[in-house]
Amino acid sequence: MTITLSAPPVVLRAEGVWKSYDHNTIKVLNGVDFDASAGETVALCGPSGCGKSTLLHLLGGLDEPDRGKISMNGTASHGKDDLLRQLRFEVGFVFQLHNLIPDLTLEENCLIPAMAAGVKPAEARARLAQLTERTGLSHRLKQRIQKLSGGERQRTALCRALINRPRILLADEPTGSLDDHTRLQVFALLLELVVNEGITLVMATHDQELARRCNRVVIMRDGRVYENS
Amino acid sequence: MLFLTLILTNLRRHRVRTLMGVSGIAFSVAAMLTVVTILQGAVGMFERILSTDSEIMVFERNVSDLFFSSVPGEAVEAMNQWSMVQHANPVLFGIVSSENHPIITCFGVVPSDGRIRDAKWLAGNRGDFANTPRGVVLGERAAEFLAAKVGQEVPIGRETFQVIGIMRTANGFEDGGVFMPLAAAQGFFHRPGLASVVTVKLKNKEDKAAFKQAVAAQYPALIALENEEFSRSYSQFKILKATAWAVGCCGLILGGLGVANTMIMSVFTRIREIAILRVNGFSGVQIAGMILGESALVSGLGAASGLAMGTVFIFGLKSVPALHGYIDASLNVAVVLAVTGLAGVTGIAGALYPAIYAVRIRPVEALRFE
Repeated sequence: MTITLSAPPVVLRAEGVWKSYDHNTIKVLNGVDFDASAGETVALCGPSGCGKSTLLHLLGGLDEPDRGKISMNGTASHGKDDLLRQLRFEVGFVFQLHNLIPDLTLEENCLIPAMAAGVKPAEARARLAQLTERTGLSHRLKQRIQKLSGGERQRTALCRALINRPRILLADEPTGSLDDHTRLQVFALLLELVVNEGITLVMATHDQELARRCNRVVIMRDGRVYENS
Repeated sequence: MLFLTLILTNLRRHRVRTLMGVSGIAFSVAAMLTVVTILQGAVGMFERILSTDSEIMVFERNVSDLFFSSVPGEAVEAMNQWSMVQHANPVLFGIVSSENHPIITCFGVVPSDGRIRDAKWLAGNRGDFANTPRGVVLGERAAEFLAAKVGQEVPIGRETFQVIGIMRTANGFEDGGVFMPLAAAQGFFHRPGLASVVTVKLKNKEDKAAFKQAVAAQYPALIALENEEFSRSYSQFKILKATAWAVGCCGLILGGLGVANTMIMSVFTRIREIAILRVNGFSGVQIAGMILGESALVSGLGAASGLAMGTVFIFGLKSVPALHGYIDASLNVAVVLAVTGLAGVTGIAGALYPAIYAVRIRPVEALRFE
């Protein structure tokens, strides 16, 4: 008997992507080719200003390339409705700064994407219960963000990013603002969640230790991909 | 629910700013309600003066003010003879002055006039009005400010008249007036044989058109208008009403600018937060809805407070003795609805630019902004 293993499908792809700012005076990406397959964890590494964050933003649809093509699940996004659908259901973001709304509680912050997407409140709360259980935040649901520690805030941001069950998680230095101990804890949790749920992770990071724990490391320099290993 | 929490959170976050926005709308609404109610009341009062016990008013065509209208006595006599007419009462308006009181309205009327017939006589005898050519009847308030009693002589203009009665009408303007027999008023104002208007009551209301045609045919210099037509067309009323609404609208525009300022600051100070909402799936409509919702809440609170303040203010004015009878404190539902609606529209209009600005925020740029 022969078992044929087919390669997982590519869910994110950038083809010959160029991006510049300030009327072409600041060139950030210079013909980047990149792809990530379903369930894969990819670390984008490189010095500051090499274009990691810009590539993440383009992959997530937050910005548009000057040239080249970005596609998600095999299709390029067309128009605002496509972009909105992507942001609501297909991709989640985690940033270096937690980017939570400080006056709201942990629960309210996490339910924002579900509310925006029109998910039934009961369904969203059940999903949140599951996520906070796994991230150890169940007892902090009603706490305002100001009262949470840095690690808890970043775990809250992770819960928020995953509340609508996206298949892709884009993380921009997700542990960059945490101390050493917390950084490892949060990353372990992030990795556990994406692996368990089969989510594709693309993470921009300077941290070689964390990068090595991903399936693949992509090195960027001067707006180009130099190494893909 | 979470959407409402987002709206309330931002309003709570900047309480002073929110309070200023609410106050701006509240004072505007209160001012508009007060001005419009008082002026509408004044117009209503004048309308009732003119339409006492009548359906049609006859006056000189193309005069800018009824004080300048002249209806000849022969026309009044002729109209009283027409078979369709129950009565046609001439009224001569004039302005007189007395010591310390430069403006007192004078009504020259016949004894059968509804004003004399229906008023409550506080002193004196109604029957004396027809029999005392140099006697005057004072409205209750006029008697107060002239400190006059029945039997006393009061100086009016360059002459002196005897007070033969004091009466209370339902109308503050009339209560502050002096009533003279028509002939005495015509002599006093040097307008012999003339009236300012003729108030006409018909035996059959269906004859209104026929009466108007008859006046037009026989007295081309005069015009006959039904009371409603007169109220709609009289330029003084139109000017008063337009002024009231214009002043009120100016107040609301100022209130709207206050809301606009509040909302602009609200958007500018949380550009990053709005970007986060966009990244988390908020559509442009949802962002605009949030900003407009905040504005609607500010406007709603402002309108409610303003209506309460305005009502208290109007009733406060009504209780001032000097204004007795001049302020019609009955709140007109249409005015309340119009003022509230205008406050809402102003609030929304004030939030339009901030809402459009918020919708146009590009998350990728805003997130880079620290």
